Amino acid sequence: MNASGASTSTGITSLTNGSGGAAVLAAGVGTFTLAVLTLAADQVAAIKPLMIFYKPTGPLSGVTTTALLIWLFTWGILEWRWRNRNIAMGRTSVIALILLGLSVLLTFPPVADLF
Amino acid sequence: MESTTRALWTLLHGMGFGALYLLACSGALVELWRRYSSAAQAPVTAGDETFLRIYLSVMTLLAWGAVLIGTYIVYPWYRAAAPPGTLNLAGYPQRLLMSSPSTVAWHSVGMEWKEHVAWLAPISITMASAVFFKYGRGIKEHPQLRNAVLCFVLVSFMAAGIAGFFGAMLNKYAPIEGGHTVRLLHGE
Repeated sequence: MNASGASTSTGITSLTNGSGGAAVLAAGVGTFTLAVLTLAADQVAAIKPLMIFYKPTGPLSGVTTTALLIWLFTWGILEWRWRNRNIAMGRTSVIALILLGLSVLLTFPPVADLF
Repeated sequence: MESTTRALWTLLHGMGFGALYLLACSGALVELWRRYSSAAQAPVTAGDETFLRIYLSVMTLLAWGAVLIGTYIVYPWYRAAAPPGTLNLAGYPQRLLMSSPSTVAWHSVGMEWKEHVAWLAPISITMASAVFFKYGRGIKEHPQLRNAVLCFVLVSFMAAGIAGFFGAMLNKYAPIEGGHTVRLLHGE
């Protein structure tokens, strides 16, 4: 584990990759949460009314607001845990990108309708 | 030359924030790919770094502006319920699209996808912006992190493109109209 903030010969401060990994993984979690909530609000009758935070916008208001809160909460927790650490960035990136890819797929109505 | 307040808000959402975001995405992708690769030979100056920080910040504002205006100002007009017995559905775009088998998919696929996938853009670009603010030129020392950020920016570009395409098509088949009339220019 490297110490954060070491100076390099180029004069650029070298940082650990933990903060970056936290931001990337949290973004993956946030987008995936958005997709799962979209699916849930569409397919589960009991969840749909719970997602109506602002009536003129309907369930979209609750889906997006909840996903944003979970994204920011996840980001905060991961940043707190990882900010001074070097993490396995390759694995973290792959997980985040899989979550992001699934988000695009799950928000596509013909795919969402398979569930 | 006249328009309506609703049409102008839709224009601001799509052509103002959305289209500018799409244009800006290509610049961010090229810059992150070309200048911040660990193999790039040319040094990145403090000025270059500041430029990209400002550029990504503006992109973040554009993305949030587009989805918030779309979701909380334009979308309620789109999904407004027509009173029972309404024959002219021109003021109710969603109902108008759903009233014909030839246009219903613009709503059930187009709008349903657009309204959700568009939100991937602000989340992704906010992350990219925050990472660049933190690492700046130092991101060259973290190629895997830079690659992940690039992929997120690329997907945000795709998401905004999907939203933009369907937005344009929806506005073609069922334009959002109504509100106060705004006179833009006097004719001769």
